[in-house]
Amino acid sequence: MTEQIELTQPNSSTAKALEVTGLTVIARRDGTTTEIVSDISYAIDRGRTLGVVGESGCGKTVTSLSVMGLLPANLSSAGSIKIAGHEMAGASERTWENTRGNQVAMVFQEPMSALNPVMKIGTQVAEVIVRHRGTSPRIAHKEAIELLAAVGIPSPEVRANDYPHQLSGGMRQRAMIAIALACQPVLLVADEPTTALDVTIQAQILDLMVELQDRTGTAIQFISHNLAVVSQIAHDIMVMYAGRVVEKATAQEMFSAPLHPYTRGLIETLPDPDRPVKRLPVIPGAVQSMAAGAAGCRFAKRCSLADGHCAQVTPALELHGSDHWVACHKVPA
Amino acid sequence: MTALLEIDAMSVHFQVGSGMLRRGKTLKAVDNVTLQINENETVALVGESGSGKTTLGRVVAGLGSTTAGSVRFRGAPLEASGKIQMIFQDPFSALDPRMLVGDVVAEPLRLLGRGKARDRRDRAREMLDQVRLPKDAAERFPHEFSGGQRQRIAIARALVADPELIVADEPLSALDVSIQSQVLNLLMDLKESRQLALLFISHDLAVVHHLADRVAVLYLGRIVEVASRDGLFKNPSHPYTQALLQAAPKIGMRRSSQTTMLRGEIPSPLNPPPGCSFHPRCPKARDICRQVAPALESAPGRTGQLAACHFKD
Repeated sequence: MTEQIELTQPNSSTAKALEVTGLTVIARRDGTTTEIVSDISYAIDRGRTLGVVGESGCGKTVTSLSVMGLLPANLSSAGSIKIAGHEMAGASERTWENTRGNQVAMVFQEPMSALNPVMKIGTQVAEVIVRHRGTSPRIAHKEAIELLAAVGIPSPEVRANDYPHQLSGGMRQRAMIAIALACQPVLLVADEPTTALDVTIQAQILDLMVELQDRTGTAIQFISHNLAVVSQIAHDIMVMYAGRVVEKATAQEMFSAPLHPYTRGLIETLPDPDRPVKRLPVIPGAVQSMAAGAAGCRFAKRCSLADGHCAQVTPALELHGSDHWVACHKVPA
Repeated sequence: MTALLEIDAMSVHFQVGSGMLRRGKTLKAVDNVTLQINENETVALVGESGSGKTTLGRVVAGLGSTTAGSVRFRGAPLEASGKIQMIFQDPFSALDPRMLVGDVVAEPLRLLGRGKARDRRDRAREMLDQVRLPKDAAERFPHEFSGGQRQRIAIARALVADPELIVADEPLSALDVSIQSQVLNLLMDLKESRQLALLFISHDLAVVHHLADRVAVLYLGRIVEVASRDGLFKNPSHPYTQALLQAAPKIGMRRSSQTTMLRGEIPSPLNPPPGCSFHPRCPKARDICRQVAPALESAPGRTGQLAACHFKD
């Protein structure tokens, strides 16, 4: 009885900003059922950044949308999502509206389509403050300008009156981050936030995110297909393949001693100026979607180590070492 | 070494916003660029968006015209000979969705009036085989293929007319990581077996290092540094090249904040700063940089390496 109360009781002082348990997302189309995300569990502590890595079709974005309560209507999900201790699975749209922008906020890849094109930047930041904190528009506008300054937008009182199209890509992404951080969320979900930017601007945005995290203690779920970018910002890494978590470890461990053949492949296929090779190793084939309930390792078809056992039995995510989780039959225990 | 392509003091200027009563402005997309590509050589063009790399590539591929200077191929002005072909970034919009893949690949031969329809079809099949696509690919439509496969189709089309130079504009950046290395290896194999020269436009410095023999760095339409691959990566001379190399993400430790040395953004090419156009972002800038544009000259102690900077290393 007491246990049940503990489970449902909101507890904002918990160290976990996010706790996802057994999340599964299913798409039904034309009578076929596809598992986009299959029974994944992970947590992010306050002040930490989790990098989520994988190619397109691995379920990274669907995982983030689940955490934001933004899954499209044709997808159904099961499992538990706790934000700062509050259970959000099955929460009403009203509860989500109060949580999004307040407890959890999101930064998207393409700021031009995420921002409102007919609203001034300053107003868009102030809107979040008014909506979630009930501040008067005048005070909110003042705070908005302070936030624009904090994310490194030069002459913020002038720029606040700009529309999104008047800003460069880098400045728009800074404005997006200002909006996301307006209510000091416990969790920031950033989905490929630097992918559309030039390398020098990408480096500036990564610096900004690290600096803001050091200052506010916001937990970050950072999604990217780019391992190098992820290694620059994440404390911990989770590698996804075709909807499953295949490996999870600290960033240092993941890049110095990767265990899963997919993770190793991802790292090895990247050209590295410090270790030039004549020919790049490749991962043959491409990611394929999975019918719900299909057994076996989903990477088996592309894996050079795979045998009949891999094709038939789903490998469980198991502990190797102190905090290194791998789902592979071929990794010695 | 024989020069295959010689770009000499080439400029591409656009008139923007001019009308009956308005003078408008001049956008200098490419400004006074001199660059040479030798036979069987891979030259990479790097730089941020707005640096003019795509405009330059399009001119070389015959898809744009110059406003000053010249581009010569084997000593003669550019003409539609099929000797220079292009591969684009987005394999989804680069292929006509209503054409069968076999016809897409054979199109350059048809446009050049080479061979009979049947020979062209056979040639297209041969090319599809060389880029390692399945036998029946020619009878299917582009939408039936994945991004990586479509880029292979685009490569087959670029190679069908036996070109000597390929202009590849960010050919990997729309592809997934594991697919990138597949396409990159294919490109290198074909380059080797067919003795191709390559003008490779990319923002990804790791890929450039893997592929290029020489590298030219563009900033606001001008070449700021050109060097051999090793010269550029080991001993960059221009502060902008140094900053680019430093900003390129590498697998490594989590960064502490404030590690980036390059502040600010690339200015609008409609309103470039006077003097050296890099001066507002340059840690070395002094008075002369604000007044006089530096010429592209030999960098001290670096053989064959040119940099346009008053205070080059």
